[in-house]
Amino acid sequence: MFRSVCVWTGVLKSAGSAQNFQQRCLNTKKEWRKAMFKKNSIFWYILKRIALMFFVLFAILIMCFVLVKLLPVTDAEAFGKDMNLILQRREALGYNKPILVQFWIFIKRSIFGGDWGISETLYRNQDVWDVFISKLPATMLVNVYSMILSVPLGLALGIYAALKKNKWQDYTISTLVMVFISVPSYVYAFLVQYLFCFKLQWFPLQMKSGTDWLSWPMFVSVIPAVISLAFGSVAGLARYSRAELSEVLTSDFMLLARTKGLKRSQATLRHALRNAMVPVFPMILGEFVGILGGSLIIEQIFGIPGVGQLFLNSITALDYNFFMLLNAFYTLIGLATGIVVDISYGLIDPRIKMGQR
Amino acid sequence: MRKEADYANIPKEKFEFYQREGDIHDKKLETKPVGYFRDAMRRFARNKSSVIAAVIIFFLILYALLVPVFGANDYTRAATDTTYLQYARLLPKWDLFAWAGWDGCSDATLSEADYLARTAIGVETGMNPVVEVYRAGYEKAGTGSNSLYYDVRLDSYVKNGMIYLTLTPAEYEAIQDWQLEHDIQVIYPAVDTKKFRIESQRSDANLWYECSPKGVPKLDKEGNFKPLYKTTGNDGDYYSRRIEGDDGSYKYATVAGTSTATSYRVRVFTYTYFQFRYGFEPSFVFGTNAYGQDIFTRLASGARFSLVFALCISAINMVIGAFYGAIEGYYGGATDITMERISDILYNVPFVVVVTLFKLHLANKVGAVPSLLFAFVMTGWIGMASTTRMQFYRYKNQEYILSARTLGAGNFRLMFKHIFPNALGTLITSAVLMIPGVIASESNMTYLGIVNLDSSTRTSIGSMLSAGRAMISSFPHIILFPALFISLLMISFNLFGNGLRDAFNPSLRGTED
Repeated sequence: MFRSVCVWTGVLKSAGSAQNFQQRCLNTKKEWRKAMFKKNSIFWYILKRIALMFFVLFAILIMCFVLVKLLPVTDAEAFGKDMNLILQRREALGYNKPILVQFWIFIKRSIFGGDWGISETLYRNQDVWDVFISKLPATMLVNVYSMILSVPLGLALGIYAALKKNKWQDYTISTLVMVFISVPSYVYAFLVQYLFCFKLQWFPLQMKSGTDWLSWPMFVSVIPAVISLAFGSVAGLARYSRAELSEVLTSDFMLLARTKGLKRSQATLRHALRNAMVPVFPMILGEFVGILGGSLIIEQIFGIPGVGQLFLNSITALDYNFFMLLNAFYTLIGLATGIVVDISYGLIDPRIKMGQR
Repeated sequence: MRKEADYANIPKEKFEFYQREGDIHDKKLETKPVGYFRDAMRRFARNKSSVIAAVIIFFLILYALLVPVFGANDYTRAATDTTYLQYARLLPKWDLFAWAGWDGCSDATLSEADYLARTAIGVETGMNPVVEVYRAGYEKAGTGSNSLYYDVRLDSYVKNGMIYLTLTPAEYEAIQDWQLEHDIQVIYPAVDTKKFRIESQRSDANLWYECSPKGVPKLDKEGNFKPLYKTTGNDGDYYSRRIEGDDGSYKYATVAGTSTATSYRVRVFTYTYFQFRYGFEPSFVFGTNAYGQDIFTRLASGARFSLVFALCISAINMVIGAFYGAIEGYYGGATDITMERISDILYNVPFVVVVTLFKLHLANKVGAVPSLLFAFVMTGWIGMASTTRMQFYRYKNQEYILSARTLGAGNFRLMFKHIFPNALGTLITSAVLMIPGVIASESNMTYLGIVNLDSSTRTSIGSMLSAGRAMISSFPHIILFPALFISLLMISFNLFGNGLRDAFNPSLRGTED
């Protein structure tokens, strides 16, 4: 695609007279389109990936749907309920049809119709989709804050460590990074909760309830969760960017840049950093997509009323409609992250050709 | 000038053996040959942090394997003992490090009534729960009341004091004999409970003195407690040792029941009763949890479970992944594409969903542990398979494979005799790196309560963490030791795995550390 855009601008520049402009435009558009639909172009690659994504999503949904349908619904048959009513309701919902027919009904209703059903146990008689949407802001809030904290910090630490490679600063940062990558996230969540919330009492133990997402008390109450979330991604980013940058710094073109007279800072900023960011940036993008998913454990520890908690509750309460929706949601997020990361490689660095082995 | 030799027909006798012996004498190699694995081990040994990590792992495994076997005592074996709850939430105590605060004590602020009640235990038994008084009898600013407060250091092992127990005659006699033998007081004199007007005070074994209805002790002029010991009634001919100051008139039990089934209700001191019951003084290096289970041995058995579990899974996954990846990589083409799609689909199912579905379907039929194991095996092999597949793609078109094929080697032989050994190093590395991953996600799942592996005999690190979370503010030690253990295990396993990877693939060195 990059090449084709270049062709287009080049032709535009050479366009001299106004009379032929329309014709030339048509030509260039054709050319552009030709490049676009050429075999192995990024367009086809993206299309292929998206088609594949839906295929995988569909297969996973079918698997989970069948497995969920095979589960007994014991709650409805509990003592004291009208069995007649239950049977009628099951008939109305199509529970007596073959499972594959039911799956088709499910796909028609949920994916094409947007109706994911009604909560049976967890939020009785509420629309599953509405409850899910109402849970999203809390998760996104915490994750956005943690991204804002962790991306600059992680990059700065990684770059600093790479520049000071094999000095004590590098050793300190690398050791800390190793520790924070290895230690499970709940361990430092406990530490943060015990130290800052209980001993020092700077923050409340749990997230504040309410929907005033951007207010100051809300911000204060999510800080412990944000810090605990950020630890892991700071460490991951720092490790990755250090490895990439230190590899680029030792490459030949850096030597060339220095010999042609660039200062070290100039060479690093203009040549090394830009090249080192090529694999790091997709990782950050991937994390941005992951913002929606959130972290099950951190949400549980700090009582964040988000999607993760909804998912856990739907498992313990056996609310299958929630389970199906969140299952599709998490699968989609995982797949989308993969696609975004892969495509962004090609967009960031035109040298990487997509769709070719 | 000589005639040109007839090279085509040289007579046989003109030939001469260059060497008559059967062997060809080459110069022998002076150094020993270095194989692939030996070379890898040599590289590994040069990496100091990995070696240290390996040593730490060795000790952690030793702890996990040996402690449940040799560290077990009468207390840890009595898993269903009802007196367990009396010893719940005891703090870590290790005499070796008592100076560093590892003494089973905690700082507390007590009201005056509470403070006196605790010292009363000390007066009666000689073991004072109040180890140290930092600040005595001050009024709290801002509370409005004029009650006094004490900042003290409390010994958690003694502070619970007495409990009431109902014993059979045999048990009653056993304790009396033990008291005589060891010269330690377990049973303390019965209290005349009729003197208390409040019902709850009558069942409180720690009240042996006069006190107000609010529980504040009434002291005499010298500041001593006024005992309310029972001096009348039957105590089943108590013959054992008596407390100091007893002139023989105190009664040590309340007898109930009929003459054929007598039972004795006695006041026992939890600390010495523990000694009687389990044969040693209560002292727990890591403390006890909310159910009174010893964390030191329980953590070891939890760790053993987690380690064995992770090892099994990583072994199973390695085998499955090796076969799957070998077939994918070797045959390529349509086989490869189909099998890749299958693993693609499995790979993209969120792990929580897999665990949940397996638990819902299988946990009742085969148990919680096998269902979790299936869930791990379901998706865990995919990484291994893709590693193997990559190695197969790299090696399957090389010349030595072609020559082996020309010599008549079959597919199976080519796959596992000629190509597979090249993938072994990376496979072993990823199997080792999988162990901490499995332990981490197992503890995640049990921590989140999606699977429950906790019972009186079995536990896992995640269950211990999850159980301790509710008490993180008041009893952080319950969560501290499992958290420390898993952190140490994770760090050293990752270092060890990275070292192995560098040793087996020197070309990958430094790409990810």
